[in-house]
Amino acid sequence: MRRFLRPGHDPVRERLKRDLFQFNKTVEHGFPHQPSALGYSPFLRLMAIGTRSGAIKLYGAPGVEFMGLHEENNTVMQIHFIPDQCQLVTLLDDNSLHLWSLKQHSGASELREEHRFTLKGPPGSPPSATQVTAVLPHSSREVLYLGTESGNIFVVELPSFRVLEDRTITSEAVLQRVPEDYCNRRSCELVEALQEHPKNPDQILIGYSRGLIVLWDLQNSKVTHHFLGSQQLENLYWQRDGSKFISCHYDGSYTQWPVSSDNRQPEPLENLVPYGPFPCKAISKIYWQTTKNGLPYIIFQGGMPRASYGDRHSISVVHGSQQTAFDFTSRVIDFFIIFSSEPAAEFDDPSAMVVLAEEELVVIDLKTAGWPAVHPPYLASLHCSAITCSHHVSNIPLKLWERIISAGSKQNIHYSNMPWPIDGGTNIAPDPPQRDLLLTGHEDGTVRFWDASGVCLHLLYKLSTVRVFLTDADPNDNMNTLGEDEWPPLRKVGTFDPYSDDPRLGIQKIYLCKYSGYLAVAGTAGQVLVMELNDEDAEHVVDHAEADLLQDQEGYRWKGHEKLKTRDGPVRFEAGFQPFVLVQCQPPAVVTSLALHSEWKLVAFGTSHGFGLFDHQQKRLVFVKCTLHPSDQLALEGPLSRVKSLKKSLRQSFRRIRRSRVSSRKRRGGSGNASEVQEANAKFDQDALQEMELAPVQRKIEARSAEDSFTGFVRTLYFADTFLRDSSRHCPSLWAGTNGGTVYAFCLRVPPAERRMDEPVRAEQAKEIQLMHRAPVVGILVLDGRSTPLPEPLEVAHDLSKSPDMQGSHQLLVVSEEQFKVFTLPKVSSKLKLKLTALEGCRVRKVTVANFGSCKTDDYSENDLAVLTNLGDIQIISLPFLKLQIRYPCIRKEDVSGIASCVFTKCGQGFYLISPSEFERFSLSTKWLVEPRCIVDMPEVTSNNHVHNKSGMDNTARKS
Amino acid sequence: MNRPHRGAAGSRGLGTMEVKSKFGAEFRRFSLERSKPGKFEEFYGLLQHVHKIPNVDVLVGYTDIHGDLLPINNDDNYHKAVSTANPLLRIFIQRKEDADYSAFGTDTMTRKKNVLSNVLRPDNHKKKPHIVISMPQDFRPVSSIIDVDILPETHRRVRLYKYGTDKPLGFYIRDGSSVRVTPHGLEKVPGIFISRLVPGGLAQSTGLLAVNDEVLEVNGIEVSGKSLDQVTDMMIANSRNLIITVRPANQRNNVVRNSRTSGSSGQSTESSLPSSMPNILANSLQGEEESDEEDIIIEDSGEPQQIPKATPTSESLESLTQIELLHESTQNGFLPSSEMNLNHSTGSVSMEYEVQDPDHRSLEEDGTIITL
Repeated sequence: MRRFLRPGHDPVRERLKRDLFQFNKTVEHGFPHQPSALGYSPFLRLMAIGTRSGAIKLYGAPGVEFMGLHEENNTVMQIHFIPDQCQLVTLLDDNSLHLWSLKQHSGASELREEHRFTLKGPPGSPPSATQVTAVLPHSSREVLYLGTESGNIFVVELPSFRVLEDRTITSEAVLQRVPEDYCNRRSCELVEALQEHPKNPDQILIGYSRGLIVLWDLQNSKVTHHFLGSQQLENLYWQRDGSKFISCHYDGSYTQWPVSSDNRQPEPLENLVPYGPFPCKAISKIYWQTTKNGLPYIIFQGGMPRASYGDRHSISVVHGSQQTAFDFTSRVIDFFIIFSSEPAAEFDDPSAMVVLAEEELVVIDLKTAGWPAVHPPYLASLHCSAITCSHHVSNIPLKLWERIISAGSKQNIHYSNMPWPIDGGTNIAPDPPQRDLLLTGHEDGTVRFWDASGVCLHLLYKLSTVRVFLTDADPNDNMNTLGEDEWPPLRKVGTFDPYSDDPRLGIQKIYLCKYSGYLAVAGTAGQVLVMELNDEDAEHVVDHAEADLLQDQEGYRWKGHEKLKTRDGPVRFEAGFQPFVLVQCQPPAVVTSLALHSEWKLVAFGTSHGFGLFDHQQKRLVFVKCTLHPSDQLALEGPLSRVKSLKKSLRQSFRRIRRSRVSSRKRRGGSGNASEVQEANAKFDQDALQEMELAPVQRKIEARSAEDSFTGFVRTLYFADTFLRDSSRHCPSLWAGTNGGTVYAFCLRVPPAERRMDEPVRAEQAKEIQLMHRAPVVGILVLDGRSTPLPEPLEVAHDLSKSPDMQGSHQLLVVSEEQFKVFTLPKVSSKLKLKLTALEGCRVRKVTVANFGSCKTDDYSENDLAVLTNLGDIQIISLPFLKLQIRYPCIRKEDVSGIASCVFTKCGQGFYLISPSEFERFSLSTKWLVEPRCIVDMPEVTSNNHVHNKSGMDNTARKS
Repeated sequence: MNRPHRGAAGSRGLGTMEVKSKFGAEFRRFSLERSKPGKFEEFYGLLQHVHKIPNVDVLVGYTDIHGDLLPINNDDNYHKAVSTANPLLRIFIQRKEDADYSAFGTDTMTRKKNVLSNVLRPDNHKKKPHIVISMPQDFRPVSSIIDVDILPETHRRVRLYKYGTDKPLGFYIRDGSSVRVTPHGLEKVPGIFISRLVPGGLAQSTGLLAVNDEVLEVNGIEVSGKSLDQVTDMMIANSRNLIITVRPANQRNNVVRNSRTSGSSGQSTESSLPSSMPNILANSLQGEEESDEEDIIIEDSGEPQQIPKATPTSESLESLTQIELLHESTQNGFLPSSEMNLNHSTGSVSMEYEVQDPDHRSLEEDGTIITL
């Protein structure tokens, strides 16, 4: 009832709230989910990627990013840049065409949809008559040629999309002069390829799917040359001088055709099946690139021997005697070659090949011997092994930052030194205010360190924990060792590898101390590793301890996985974070919480059975505490017995998705493009579920009891130096919160530094608080005398934080899924509470203290709680009075993995997964906002302001 | 009956005690050594002997000083009967097969005549099933209907008391749709309904909730616009003191409200509700603290105890403004609840309630207010 009594809005506070809080989804990091099309403009030096949910993303120089979304949410089939324009045309799978343009608006470029168009045939004609199969934006920039399934080619004017009916190239007109016998054999089929003559804009090459290729003269509206191909056509490519072109075919062959004025119906110059003689897969796209030294680069997609290598996703590069078939980890969507686009240049001189595969972007340096890959500055495949957890560390000290980068650079030696070849546009965003690290834990036992300071999420360093353990996969057993004479000359490229050797290696919790460089990592099989940053390679023994969390309780049998076997003897570690201590929990259940105190040199870990404290200085287990309720059989038996409940929860989430279809539509039109893309993705997923017939949903209303399952599950661990016993002496303490609403507090005695190795660390249980509502405890925090959260370990020592106030009385904040409660310390009495669930029906999923600065004045900042609820809302709750400040809808409530993956930063930003491969970045703060801001200047052909963007008239449009 | 009474008084000094035993219509008198009453079995044999009913199974009872008929069936209550008999021990014997158990128990004095007549005339005596009925004050209420005066007659606000008992709340809710009267005519809107009652659960045992009742509010918060999961979470979060406002599917048992009684709160005229139901229930809907909802702390592995409330320091200002606001609204005067229409909001219900019944305003709601 209190909320009705709340005094009206305080205008001062309301104003301050506007200066402090603001919600924005700023940028999507990672690799687009389900890419479906690729386009490139040599003129703008921008790359465009379309997705199956109708999103279109443009990338140029690092930091230059644009995003657009088609309202229809249909798959983007093709993307074509208009030559010499800041414009592009997209073709969707509903046969609609969309014209997008980059326009400058208040100092930055924006991507906007200008027009849309669907080709309409005469009444009564079949839909295939106007189904667009090939698009050619003419270099005159005035018209688009649209090849269709019927074999007719329609001409539409740009930008109005007006059909110029008199210029339509009908299949009848094309077939007029085709030899009778050829014509009879095969009628005109759909238009497979349209290519403009590189030197003569009045001629276009038309390829029909059954093999017929004609050169069409636009001025005279007639065929000038017939090329009577005998194989089903896949694609065409002009040579630079226009004297020859190359066609590739369904049977895995490619053919060179001469174009000369004396022979109007030439025979092919050369017909080759590169991976013959046995039947081969189709070559779906081909490039012929000339070079100064005379040897051309022939680059083609596919063509592998059908029987033995038909399952490979390959692109072959042939240059003289060198030939490599790049073998990609997932299906190739499309690729393009970056070559000299100067019209005056005599040769193509290709520099790089950019390949969009379904799960990653791969760029190959064609100039450096051996054709190494180029490390992309963006579009990183976050999901190269599935992400299992993430951890964000703000404001990394420069020293640690440099050491991590140096460790990472040693791992990246096999990459090319070539500067990033896609470098259009100018990044005008201010430099990131600080160095931020995002750490992601993966299913294969690796931890990846990402530079999360700016718009481009960039991999700095990769850490693997696998080496500590004995696994089935022997590192020497390299699947890729192919002999010299191996044919085809396959070479694996890319990092996407979703298959984990052993699911027990999966990383579940990460804690990095940015001041000391200590890193704690915990995993699925109860393993906890403590690591130290070492700039050199080293070989050493990892100290190993076991923590029996059941403490000899009788009658329990763990039915889950076994613990990981460790390697005996010294292990060689590369430069970077090197483990020196391994603690394995017994039973080897997944580690559910982890805390590291680098000053006291202690690491605490918890599972569904209990928690323990380990002294990593003396390498000694200090204590373990079993939190298991005797009746909780589920927790005891391990993950096997949870299969049933997993099934149930899957079923429930399906039901939720179904029910929410209506409400998600209602919610639409929220905050900008980013959310729209998610909506589109969601709609896509939901459509897949649509057919599912489900029983009426009902929910049981039952109070939680002490006997519920997994009450002993340790949800949170927290170290604090506070007043636990009496108000005169403070001491180190460890706090643990469980799923059953219990908080344990242990008083720790850490010997002073000079006797740290001589005396043992002691611990004694001081308090146990049982929340009567029994909701899971998700956060514990101690506020000092000024009601400020206690600083992190070593923060004060590094002069980065004021020392906590030890004069005034401390307060304990316990956050459960349902309530926020403040208690006094050392005598625990309840002081304040906020019953979130009782009021709003939402539950706390994530909570962090974040510092919010005012955008108006530099000297004001405050600490608040950033809270993510199970409904996907983000709420900001004030400290220490627990008043709700503001609420923003952020994640769809059906997006369970999005909510589970959310991680907040210390300065009011956050990340969550919108797909297995993409993080959405959001900001709650007015002050800290990392978003792309960039300009793409229209490079005037007359005034060459941007040298690198200078481009000529030669724009060989390609079918993408 | 007075004469033997007096006679017994005279014999008291001798350490013997007079016993007057009655079986059917027959009386037997004998005396017992007060200091050495012996065992119950011996006494039972003695009774059979003096009444000459050696093979008849009987129930033995006595009237205590309060006039209650209490059983004698073991040594303990036999000794109790002997030691408290003053001056005479009155024994009543019934045949086991036609015994009237309901005659036993406390407060039988008021029914004494009846009891005696039952005992005296076994032929007359009705064969009732064996039901143990206790008095309401011996129990805590498990449910109540509250705020009858401020709710529309079509609605019912039910409070379920979970306490610490193991009895499940025992109901399920589902999504559904209901028809509302809006300015644009009838409109179908989504709603939350009770879908199932668990047999033996609290919800079923109260008889106040039924399948297909529409849930309108949970502890004062309207559920419209909230999802099934949200409402589930709200109910579970409030499960120790759950107040749900429903529109019963069966509208025939509605509380008939007399508009004149609107001033008093919570007094229900529902016939099924015991009139002795405490009236304190109605004073707040949610956010209220009860002692049994307090968390428990164990200090230094000692005994568990409830966590006390801290005395307020910094928040007192806010509480003050709340109280002031409350008074202000009292002065302004609010609509009497009887004039409330169907379209009220939850907020106004609670507010108005607060104002009209200042004695019951939620002083216990928040620790910060109590101390003012």
